[in-house]
Amino acid sequence: MDGVALLTIFVLSIFVGFEVVSKVSTVLHTPLMSGANAIHGIVLIGGIIVTGAAETPLEVILGALAVLLGAINLVGGFAVTDRMLEMFKPKKPAAASDREGEA
Amino acid sequence: MSTPTWAQLTNLGVAVLFILSLKALSSPKSARLGTVLGAFGATAATVLLFFTGIELDNLAVIIIMIAIGSVIGWVSARRVKMTAMPQLVALFNGVGGGAAGLVAVVEFLHADGEGSFLFWLFTIVTVIIGSVAFSGSIVTYLKLQEVMTTRPVVLPAGKWVTILVALATVAVAVWAIVNPAFWLILLLLALSLIFGVLFVLPVGGADVPIVISLLNACTGLAVAASGYVLNNVLLLIAGTLVGASGTLLTTLMAKAMGRPLTATLFGAFSGTTAGSTATSNSDRPVRSGAPNDIAIMLGFANKVILVPGYGLAVAQAQSTLRELAELLASRGVDVDYAIHPVAGRMPGHMNVLLAEANVPYEQLKEMDEINPEFASTDVVLVVGANDVVNPAARTDTSAPIYGMPILDVDAAGQVVFLKRSMRPGFAGIENELLFDPKTTLLFGDAKESLTKVVSSLKSL
Repeated sequence: MDGVALLTIFVLSIFVGFEVVSKVSTVLHTPLMSGANAIHGIVLIGGIIVTGAAETPLEVILGALAVLLGAINLVGGFAVTDRMLEMFKPKKPAAASDREGEA
Repeated sequence: MSTPTWAQLTNLGVAVLFILSLKALSSPKSARLGTVLGAFGATAATVLLFFTGIELDNLAVIIIMIAIGSVIGWVSARRVKMTAMPQLVALFNGVGGGAAGLVAVVEFLHADGEGSFLFWLFTIVTVIIGSVAFSGSIVTYLKLQEVMTTRPVVLPAGKWVTILVALATVAVAVWAIVNPAFWLILLLLALSLIFGVLFVLPVGGADVPIVISLLNACTGLAVAASGYVLNNVLLLIAGTLVGASGTLLTTLMAKAMGRPLTATLFGAFSGTTAGSTATSNSDRPVRSGAPNDIAIMLGFANKVILVPGYGLAVAQAQSTLRELAELLASRGVDVDYAIHPVAGRMPGHMNVLLAEANVPYEQLKEMDEINPEFASTDVVLVVGANDVVNPAARTDTSAPIYGMPILDVDAAGQVVFLKRSMRPGFAGIENELLFDPKTTLLFGDAKESLTKVVSSLKSL
């Protein structure tokens, strides 16, 4: 793909990135940051591509390290985000136990 | 490298999933769906990559590394205590930046001097931003983990050293674009790593989360640049999305603290912080009370506001606090939780911690909503918080937290602090409110103190 097409995608993505998070509530700042953090873990793909094309031992070693770090970022990022959001889920059981507590 | 059309369409689909994921994460109702969409998109993109027909050597190495990395990521994410979660996010961000930097280095080696001007430019940009995000995130991790001091670290002539390193980085970068030699890339790596450390060292205390968010945006940009280098549209879109949304999120967080971003990064915290640590105050008299006294104050109040802080979370006392709130409510006391935007260690961190303890979402009041109510409140119970209720933020221009919006607990009739010791908070400054005549202190572990207050309250 030529440079101008990539530049077009880049600029449009900036606007989309701003737009999608513009209405986030303070409560979700941390999970959102963590979720965004997980998404850039997709750099794993870059690691796989360069390692797949690597020829010298140095390239293979550095590429393998990139794959390792990318996988940690991607999998860990989504796992920790999900764990944070898990905490928000049990609203109904919480309300129920509250009523028991007050009774 | 010709990518088949179906693979290009897959990339488009995954990019859309990432956008929907971020969108869903912005609203409490759909947030969990957001992680599912994002994780599904990422998995699909990774798995399908192996079937697009691109030539992949070293397949065994790749698969083993993915497996090891996934296990490390999964286990550390599942095992981490929720109180230590911010530094884990910082660490994940750092390794992502490191991965982007390494991708660029490998691509540089592989190109072997053959490449266009833009190729070198973006390769070098990726190396620099990725390395800064990596070393900067490691320092924030060490700060939050309290391996090193959480206070701003000001090196002698640190400002000038930082500027010098930044200029050297730019100079070497230009040189490397004109003359792409490997030793220049190594030099660039070293300079960028040093710059990342110098950049984060002077940031202290409560500002660290903002820096994590900024470094998160940096990693996004590094990934976007690596997408350009590899001619991969998905990396470009995903990285740019994170870069843009991360930048906006950073400014939103800075706004929540009432400080312009520039002040956070280069302002009061990096300046003279020595003058603001009045340790001489430690000898002044304070009024401490027994759990029983505090139970009586709370039990016979009309309106009580609870201010939870990081100390509460460290003591794992969220459930005990909820028990206290329920007990007070059953006695007809009006109880609310006041949540400062940066209570805990990150914006929204305290909400996560209280939700974990099943505190009903509706009882959590945000700062702007609760502040007018303090004047009509009988007792405020501050558990393990300090900086977010420190009036110095309003009055003392020399304090590093000056200008940060705080919870106006000093407007209430009486204030009770449950504190471990007289040690100052995360920002490292004394709290005048502790010495106020209407303040009562109960020293000790937050959980033990709360348990004692609860049992006293039960026997009233």
